[in-house]
Amino acid sequence: MSETNTYKGSFILLILTLIVCFFANISLGSVSIPLKEIFNSLVGASSNASWQYIIVDYRLPKAVTAILVGSGLGISGLLMQTLFRNPLAGPFVLGITSGASLGVALVILGGGLFGGIFASLLISKWTIVIAASLGSFLVLLAVLIVSSRVKDTMAILIIGLMFGSITSAVVSVLSYFSSAEQLQQYIFWGFGSLGNLSWNEVFIFFVIYCFGILLSILAIKGLNTLLLGENYAKSLGLNIKRSRIIIILATSLLAGTITAFAGPIAFIGLAVPHLTRQIFNTSNHKILLPAVFLFGAIVMLICDSIAQLPTSDYTLPINAITSLIGAPVVIWLLVRKRKMVF
Amino acid sequence: MSETNQHIILKTENLSIGYKTKKEETTIATNINLTLKKGELIGLVGGNGIGKSTLLRTLTQVQPKLSGALYLNEKPLEDYANMDLAKAMSLVLTEAIASKNLSVFELVALGRQPYTNWVGNLSEEDISKVNHAITQTNIENLKHKKCFELSDGQLQKVMIARALAQDTDLIILDEPTTHLDMYHKAYILKLLQKLVKETGKTILFSSHEIDLAIQLCDTMIVMTKTEVISNTPCTLIEQGTFNTLFPEDLIAFDANTGSFRVKK
Repeated sequence: MSETNTYKGSFILLILTLIVCFFANISLGSVSIPLKEIFNSLVGASSNASWQYIIVDYRLPKAVTAILVGSGLGISGLLMQTLFRNPLAGPFVLGITSGASLGVALVILGGGLFGGIFASLLISKWTIVIAASLGSFLVLLAVLIVSSRVKDTMAILIIGLMFGSITSAVVSVLSYFSSAEQLQQYIFWGFGSLGNLSWNEVFIFFVIYCFGILLSILAIKGLNTLLLGENYAKSLGLNIKRSRIIIILATSLLAGTITAFAGPIAFIGLAVPHLTRQIFNTSNHKILLPAVFLFGAIVMLICDSIAQLPTSDYTLPINAITSLIGAPVVIWLLVRKRKMVF
Repeated sequence: MSETNQHIILKTENLSIGYKTKKEETTIATNINLTLKKGELIGLVGGNGIGKSTLLRTLTQVQPKLSGALYLNEKPLEDYANMDLAKAMSLVLTEAIASKNLSVFELVALGRQPYTNWVGNLSEEDISKVNHAITQTNIENLKHKKCFELSDGQLQKVMIARALAQDTDLIILDEPTTHLDMYHKAYILKLLQKLVKETGKTILFSSHEIDLAIQLCDTMIVMTKTEVISNTPCTLIEQGTFNTLFPEDLIAFDANTGSFRVKK
């Protein structure tokens, strides 16, 4: 379609913004490093070993994680909003975060129930990642089984919310029996964090993320057909059940891994698709999908740069920043345009 | 396929329609024998709750038939895969489309989905068919508008264009004239008549506009509580079929004007 050309300018602008944000994100942090040294570090020619270490082993994986998290959450939010024809849907409506939270809660909080020594052995970073993945995977499995039986897509939405309620109830019960230290550890996981990943972890994250993105790309045609509603989509030869499962699987892979590696990051998944629609003013997923990808990555990089409180020693919880910065922007956009595009 | 002048598109033999649950079977109508020929405009009329929608849903394979046979282009309907059915039959439904942020061109282009590649790219041929459908329905001036900017009448034309772009022998419309004013009711049905003549497609629609349907249709299907009758509007008037359509306490069919009159 010639429409793709209309958006070429916007896409080039977005890609340039992404590159600028990426480098800005790497250059900012608690330690000020001169710009020239940053580039030297990236190519491995820095004279200062600790700077080299900060850039290559801390800031670079963090920036890559931010891109994966932002784009992944944005895309899964877009998929859910189209599938459920609901502007309030986000990547977590299927109860995926709740599942991950439950997994993590069982490990951190439930540890007390299984005995102290056992618990302290269990809680390493990988344990939490695995627990979160298992938790979200089990919820995903339940949602998939239900969605292959249920005819109505809206029922899946309600069922996802119910799974969420059940898991948060279990978390509440666990919290009640936990010590202050355990609670603190659990709450810190809930703040979300982009900076704790090593290159190994980023690599595994990236591989699963790619599967999720690949499935989303396969879902583009179905998503566009679903814009007409399910009955029209069926009359156009779309296999609704198959598309639905591809979309749910893509969302779960993306949102599940992101929650496992970076914690339950709020807001991005809901807001980025809306921001993108306001600016691109189209419903065509061939354009929306790459645009949401770029937007999500940019927003996440900016939020992370702010959370670092450059040149200070503090790092604010990323989860608070995404909402603090993002919510006013969305409100401003909606008020200014006066029309919600969906 | 037989090379007759009047090629048969859709045929039902002793069709029974209704709903089936695990416990019981609710039959809505039985013994339905219909023949829809190529290049005909067919109107389906009947009172509220008589089973027009059930019949259309059965003909479009949204719900299964209870018994009997149903052939589309001489092939049993249940043998059609989703994608093949999409290339043989297109629909205009009463439900609103989910996203009104689509442009008219985009919406009509979605009619080409059964023919496009895995990501839905439009070929030269697809684009020319979409543009042709837009011309046939006289909506060129709306082409770049968004659907939420359109009136009900305009949107209905766009939905018809979308069905045309799907390039099927048969188009089925479920009450295409609801929510429209008197002018647009006539306009839409007249447009359907014009499309049948120009394209040679078969168009079946259900409607409550019995007087308009009588004037415009080649064939009419009348659903009453006891039977489903199909014939030309003139024959149906002569046979007095329309008199049996409704309870007789309030309105009566006037054979001279071909419309219903309120009893004084």
